[in-house]
Amino acid sequence: MKGNEALAISAIRYGCDGYFGYPITPQSEVLETLEAEMPWETTGMVVLQAESELASINMVFGGAACGKAVFTSSSSPGLSLMQEGISYLAAAELPALVVNVMRGGPGLGTIHPSQSDYFQATKGGGHGDYHCIVLAPSSVQEMADFVWLGWDLAFKYRTPAMILSDGVIGQMMEKVVLPDQRPRRTEEEIRQQCPWALNGRKGLRKQNIVRSLELDSAKMELNNIRFQETYRTIEANEVRIEMIDTDDCDFLLVAFGSMARVCEKVKELATDDGYKVGLARPITLWPFPYEQIGAVAKHCKGIMVAELNAGQMIEDVRLAAKSTECPIVHYGRMGGIVPNPEEVYEALKAQIINK
Amino acid sequence: MKQEIIIAGFGGQGVLSMGKILAYAGLMEDLEVTWMPSYGPEQRGGTANVTVILSDKRISSPIIDSFTTAVVLNQQSLDKFESKVKPGGVLIYDSYGIHREPTRTDITIYRVNAMEATFNLKSSKTFNMLVLGALLKACPMVKIESVLQGLKKALPERLHHLLPANEEALHLGESLIK
Repeated sequence: MKGNEALAISAIRYGCDGYFGYPITPQSEVLETLEAEMPWETTGMVVLQAESELASINMVFGGAACGKAVFTSSSSPGLSLMQEGISYLAAAELPALVVNVMRGGPGLGTIHPSQSDYFQATKGGGHGDYHCIVLAPSSVQEMADFVWLGWDLAFKYRTPAMILSDGVIGQMMEKVVLPDQRPRRTEEEIRQQCPWALNGRKGLRKQNIVRSLELDSAKMELNNIRFQETYRTIEANEVRIEMIDTDDCDFLLVAFGSMARVCEKVKELATDDGYKVGLARPITLWPFPYEQIGAVAKHCKGIMVAELNAGQMIEDVRLAAKSTECPIVHYGRMGGIVPNPEEVYEALKAQIINK
Repeated sequence: MKQEIIIAGFGGQGVLSMGKILAYAGLMEDLEVTWMPSYGPEQRGGTANVTVILSDKRISSPIIDSFTTAVVLNQQSLDKFESKVKPGGVLIYDSYGIHREPTRTDITIYRVNAMEATFNLKSSKTFNMLVLGALLKACPMVKIESVLQGLKKALPERLHHLLPANEEALHLGESLIK
């Protein structure tokens, strides 16, 4: 099954209430799969092809404000269009899931894989002081798994979560174990889980108001302080990273998503040649695993950050290793080109191992 | 066991579905599999290719540049992938429309007349299954039964009447490898 298909089916099985999206390569299979599965006839989930990305994200805002489990998906140019809506979701403290199957930019760019939206995803993207929880799947299995994780975290912290994937993970097929179908939550369950949701007070509770506008600056600062407290809690509790053979490695590769898969092969090639190379694969890009990578930087001789961009995550790796002398270099390809493992291995040897 | 296979040809020849069926067969035998297509505008009319990896261990990169086995169905693909077969590996090519033959001596090369053989079949749409049959005879990486089992699983029931034609093509493909 393709990554995009696994993601769509996993969403239905989570008990998703609604999807709103607009087609764009390389994520069109998400909408196609949802339409083919026709969940409106089984679980009652709404699947709607909106007229644009702007409409999609604002429909997500509406659904989220009612406490529903809703999501949208797109690829890079579409995500740029959605940034206003994501900022509003963050400001209104609404849980939602946003999926970006990245393609090469800037502009309309190319339809081929890229990781050049790292800054946009992890550093805010829209205006204002906010973060989305950002999950980076590197297999088809994780495309399915992170849908559930993303929504669970979004509801737990009342903040939008993002799955930051790319054309490789979205288009490739792998073995996947799908979760069982879970029923959609009843209105009663939503009232319990989301007491803030707009689902009619029925004379039983105080009026709920969901909005991002607050004209009283003193109150708006308090709102911001509350958001920041949530972000600190997320940073303390939700960092996730896969560390492969990093305990006594001489050299460290850091990569996420599809590039982590390429780097796993690079690590195999290096191991065959007798080098001790470890791989750190951040799973949450925000919150970033500064501590885990910093700890390896203390004992290894060099770090290479490999990305499908001109050098974005490397800034966080530098921050992670700031108290060490460990040299850090970057290897990147841009515009939709994915390097093969041999090419990255040559760069690792030239810039780190034989330096 | 690890097989790294590239299948390349014209868009419309069934290259991507052949890879998909091979991957499904691997799944039936409980192997780890990846299927990575070239996707995009080149899929119509131009060349299309897919990388399939079958392994009994966790698969690292789905993107690779050297292969244990290459199946090439046109001249462009032969030119592109002949040099990317690992020494000791296998190259299978369809002779139809080939004007420059492969020259390597450190790999095993099979020339099959798959396109011609297709003319003897009921449906030319089973061309890719014929090639798959040849591939599995040359490199028995999965059983033919697993392919049929995978096909049955992948095809919706309304198309199950096509299974015998596919089986016939697979066996005809096997007979092309001498």
